[in-house]
Amino acid sequence: MSTQTSSVTVPLPAVKAVRRSFSSPLGSLFVVVVTVLWTLPTFGLLATSLRHQQDVADSGWWNVFTHPELVLSNYHTVLFEGGFGVSGGLMPYLVNSLAISVPATVFPLVLASMAAYALAWVRFRGSDTLFFVIFALQVVPLQMALIPLLQLFSGGAHLGSFTVLPSFDLAGTYLPVWLAHTMFALPLAIFLLHNFISQLPRDLMEAAVVDGASHFRIFRSIVLPLCAPALASFAIFQFLWVWNDLLVALTFAGGTPDVAPMTVRLAQLSGSFGGRWELLTAGAFLSIIIPLIVFFSLQRYFVRGLLAGSVKG
Amino acid sequence: MPLSGAQLADSAWNDAAIKLGNSLGAIAGFLGILLVVFFVAGRATGRFGRPTAIAVFLGPAVLLLLVGLVAPLIRTVYLSFRNDDSTRFLGGKNYGWALTTDSIHQVLLNTLLWLLVAPVVATGLGLALALAVERMKWQALYKSLVFMPMAVSLVGASIIWKFVYEAREAGQPQIGLLSEVVIRLGWKHPPNWILDHPLNDFLLMAVMVWVQTGFAMVVLSAAIKAIPDEVTEAARLDGAGGLRLFWYVTVPMIRTTLVVVLTTVMIVTLKAFDIVRTMTGGNFGTQVLANEMYSQSFVQFNVGRGSALAVILFLAVLPLVAYNIVQLRKERTTR
Repeated sequence: MSTQTSSVTVPLPAVKAVRRSFSSPLGSLFVVVVTVLWTLPTFGLLATSLRHQQDVADSGWWNVFTHPELVLSNYHTVLFEGGFGVSGGLMPYLVNSLAISVPATVFPLVLASMAAYALAWVRFRGSDTLFFVIFALQVVPLQMALIPLLQLFSGGAHLGSFTVLPSFDLAGTYLPVWLAHTMFALPLAIFLLHNFISQLPRDLMEAAVVDGASHFRIFRSIVLPLCAPALASFAIFQFLWVWNDLLVALTFAGGTPDVAPMTVRLAQLSGSFGGRWELLTAGAFLSIIIPLIVFFSLQRYFVRGLLAGSVKG
Repeated sequence: MPLSGAQLADSAWNDAAIKLGNSLGAIAGFLGILLVVFFVAGRATGRFGRPTAIAVFLGPAVLLLLVGLVAPLIRTVYLSFRNDDSTRFLGGKNYGWALTTDSIHQVLLNTLLWLLVAPVVATGLGLALALAVERMKWQALYKSLVFMPMAVSLVGASIIWKFVYEAREAGQPQIGLLSEVVIRLGWKHPPNWILDHPLNDFLLMAVMVWVQTGFAMVVLSAAIKAIPDEVTEAARLDGAGGLRLFWYVTVPMIRTTLVVVLTTVMIVTLKAFDIVRTMTGGNFGTQVLANEMYSQSFVQFNVGRGSALAVILFLAVLPLVAYNIVQLRKERTTR
């Protein structure tokens, strides 16, 4: 094998030798096969969404290679008209996804960067403990907070007969979803941004204080600009997290076209659309196209944000 | 009178403009209030300067965390000891129900199966890919394509795979990829995949593996690249090579990362309810803990039982997350 000949001529370090034995023709074949397997289902989805209803019902999507006859009409139908037995298109849900995701990214980003700055640079007694508590809150899974939070949003908070918080009539608005996403994002966001903000050069901060700048001024004109890369990574992570979320949306938005995002609607339709695969695939592709664009255009930030956020609760 | 297609599209665009306007308005309002608060609070000087700054910077986040996480956490534990409309104290009855009912047994068993199979397969595949893709041409392309499912929602992934698993009567033209492939390979009467228990459990797990393998690959690939050459030089001089080198040098060197990847995928697996919910709705023997918790709490409104299941989920996730976070912190401090 080629491994042997090259190990005689050039003494490779051990790890490289391992890599070599894996990067044999067999290894390469393995990678190619897995990559094709991993890509094919998504391609099948796209292909099906572009075929005529009759073609989709009668033959598999792989026939596009021999009979490439593609149309965009499924997208128009699914967006604006709905389908068999399902009234209304997906357009309102697509809009809801966007209307939920953007504020649910901005709110936690701003609040977490403020909190992280205070914890890192406005030291006070107990600030370390507070940071640790926030950090530890990352272990709480979403599921632990859903029932009480929903009760709070719909019924207010009471201690015995004393009303701590009145019930807000928030049903049919985005507010509960925004709030829930903001609350659940904070522990991770504060932790990540604190790591970044606490690394800013001390000299710079001290110079600003000597010049008489207030904390608010320092935060606006020094901290935020310098943190832009960290903020961007987290923003991308959070945006996609919210865009792709089903649990929070299902619990706090209900299923109506007024508030519910794409994920909620698609989960419903995957049961009821039954045979209309050309519509379901078009709908699914509409919901994944934005994450895919973000992924392929901002890959570096995306991967960084995702790796950092992989422990999110 | 039914609306024409063009009118429907028109009203949809109007609706969109209003909703997005509201959403941007909320952001503008939020930032506007913050600016005003900053301006006012920034005028506080001297003795009040610092306390004001701390209150303004930390107040909102701490308040939201108390209302949104700390209080609900305590309340969920409290609710789990009460009956389903929270009027009576039940002691541990909800937990007893969760551990002794047959249908929940099946759920816990499935969850355990998911926890054991999906993370191990995803991590193993990811490791093999990380090793094999090294030094290949077009390396970045392969990595992106395998990583791509990570960008897609679990709902989207479920629909993609539900279509792959679509099965028709034998003899009819198949439109699902899996049926078509196995029939071409000579399996005359393949089962209706999604309905066939326990096979369907594994087919659902395949979706999770599809999503998580890219994550495992990227993280492990970085860890392998970080192994210092001189550390393993000695092993090679001692005559270790190929597979032996892999087992005795590479794996121990990346052990921490391997475990972190494994536990991370385990956490995702435990908490994910989207796949089961979208593909089978928990029917046909595929139910898992996270989806059962959702159904009990928000479909059947059994608040007590739902809370007990949430607490069980929390206790199952707790050691994994705690381990991960400690590792993450260690890495940060040593760097």
